[in-house]
Amino acid sequence: MEEKDNKKDSLYLKLMPYIEKYGILLLLVLMILVMHILQPDVFLSWRNVTNVFKQISWQSMLALGVFMVIVTAGIDLSVGSIMMLSLMVLAIVAKAGAPWFIVVITPLIAGFICGLFNGAGITFLRMPHPFIMTLGTLYIFRGTGNLISGGTPISGFTDEVRYLGHGRIDLTWLGLEKSQYLPVSLVLIAVVYIIFWFFLNHSRTGKWIYAIGGNPSAARASGINVNKILIIVYSLCGFLSGIGALILAGRTDSGYPNAGLQSELDAIAACIIGGASFFGGRGTVLGVFAGVMIMGILRNGLNLMDVSSFWQQVLIGSIIVIAVYIDVLRRDLGTRK
Amino acid sequence: MSTLNNPLLEAKGITKYFGTITALENVDLKVHAGECLGVVGDNGAGKSTLMKVLSGLYKPSSGSLYFQGKKEILESPKDSQNLGLEMVYQDLALAGNLPIGENIFLGREPTKNVGFLKFLDFNKIKELTNAHLGKLKINVKSADQKVEELSGGQRQAVAIARSTAFNAKVVIMDEPTAALAIKEVGKVLDLINSLKKTGVGVIVISHRMDDIFSVCDRVMALFQGTNFAESELSNTSRDEVIGWIMGKK
Repeated sequence: MEEKDNKKDSLYLKLMPYIEKYGILLLLVLMILVMHILQPDVFLSWRNVTNVFKQISWQSMLALGVFMVIVTAGIDLSVGSIMMLSLMVLAIVAKAGAPWFIVVITPLIAGFICGLFNGAGITFLRMPHPFIMTLGTLYIFRGTGNLISGGTPISGFTDEVRYLGHGRIDLTWLGLEKSQYLPVSLVLIAVVYIIFWFFLNHSRTGKWIYAIGGNPSAARASGINVNKILIIVYSLCGFLSGIGALILAGRTDSGYPNAGLQSELDAIAACIIGGASFFGGRGTVLGVFAGVMIMGILRNGLNLMDVSSFWQQVLIGSIIVIAVYIDVLRRDLGTRK
Repeated sequence: MSTLNNPLLEAKGITKYFGTITALENVDLKVHAGECLGVVGDNGAGKSTLMKVLSGLYKPSSGSLYFQGKKEILESPKDSQNLGLEMVYQDLALAGNLPIGENIFLGREPTKNVGFLKFLDFNKIKELTNAHLGKLKINVKSADQKVEELSGGQRQAVAIARSTAFNAKVVIMDEPTAALAIKEVGKVLDLINSLKKTGVGVIVISHRMDDIFSVCDRVMALFQGTNFAESELSNTSRDEVIGWIMGKK
């Protein structure tokens, strides 16, 4: 009897790392298959696939930022507001007639400064939890965005400014049709995700981010400057929200007061679905990408099938709860107590 | 042995306040190379606070530290590590989500340069980890195993391996056997004895008399944050030391 248990245990232990690493991709592939069966003509068409990527482009930036924060066992509720404020700054600078290379940098700087502000508040003001600091800045940043813009939309950017969000890479030289272009935002997602994958897995700072999430007192006792790393993480999260603003500026050609409203919740949901643990220290960049894709495909597929957005909300909510329950089970089984 | 030479590490008049609470008052401590000092005391006597002062995690309110005869001010755990002062914490200070090797080298990871970028050198981490674990005769399945998958004794062994991976001169251990199964205690005590033989000064904080009397050369007792009693191990007995913990001489 005992031997049988051991056997089961060892098979489980052998499979465990693979399930933890690639299980979420299986779910994604499964979803794509189901959608393809349900909508065989439309779902995997060039137009619809590029459309999904365009739709998730800015969300994927917010999700990646929030993911790093969640790895440290923190939370950033302000990413939607950071994106809106950065977008408004961009719009104002663009309307003031600044050259395009200045305009495209401004949201990145604005986002970075907002993130720095979050990080400084969490560490220097010793807020009891990042939830509180970023809940505060959720209001502060959006309010500031409305103050500087007067709460009205500002529209009309040059093509250079809109390139990342709206640009198309022509593929006719590959013998494809004119309509089969590659969105620049898709390439941008790939580049940013690969850079951050390298950063988190192959740099010392990245390793320390995971260590802080695993055991902050261990990190501190190892001589890691935990506060400094946290400030870097929140700043990068803000910076990524700034990239999100730049993409959104391209997509909508406008800075508008409701930009990114409640998108922080979508970003958190994507991380959780992608296997990031709220307890910190767990999750992968690939998982976050899968989480963003799952949410994007779900919305897209349900829209294609004309399912009401109310049902979309119910489904996304259910997926979050199920994903976290799986995370709970995984922790129970994978950890010795 | 301990009366010869100068002490490797010496603390003089350490006092530590937390707000209005006095955790340590005028505490002295010293340890020599190759010697094991046992620190005993009841819960709340100040043992762990003293450790954290020695590791640079807490700054003493007053008092000073001397390492190899030179006065040192520790601003952070990094400073104490640079001196060769290493710590094994009661809560083990390991990140369960990281593999054994990455825990041992946490904060001091070897890197390789690719252009102007520095990347972690995972091969080197693995190589150094295997060599070091082999030297200490610590058995684990693989250096890639996550620490949360290990037993209490294995975790303690990893924590000790971590503390000795960088030419430690003094290793301070807080309750090294507290969370262990009986058969694992012996292994950890063997590990401490082999550290002593390499000339490392060891400070063991424990209230298990078995630990104190099997590895220590000298024992000192703290009582309510002050030095209470101290003796060579050969000049005292278990009953006397237990009395010190209770505050009786």
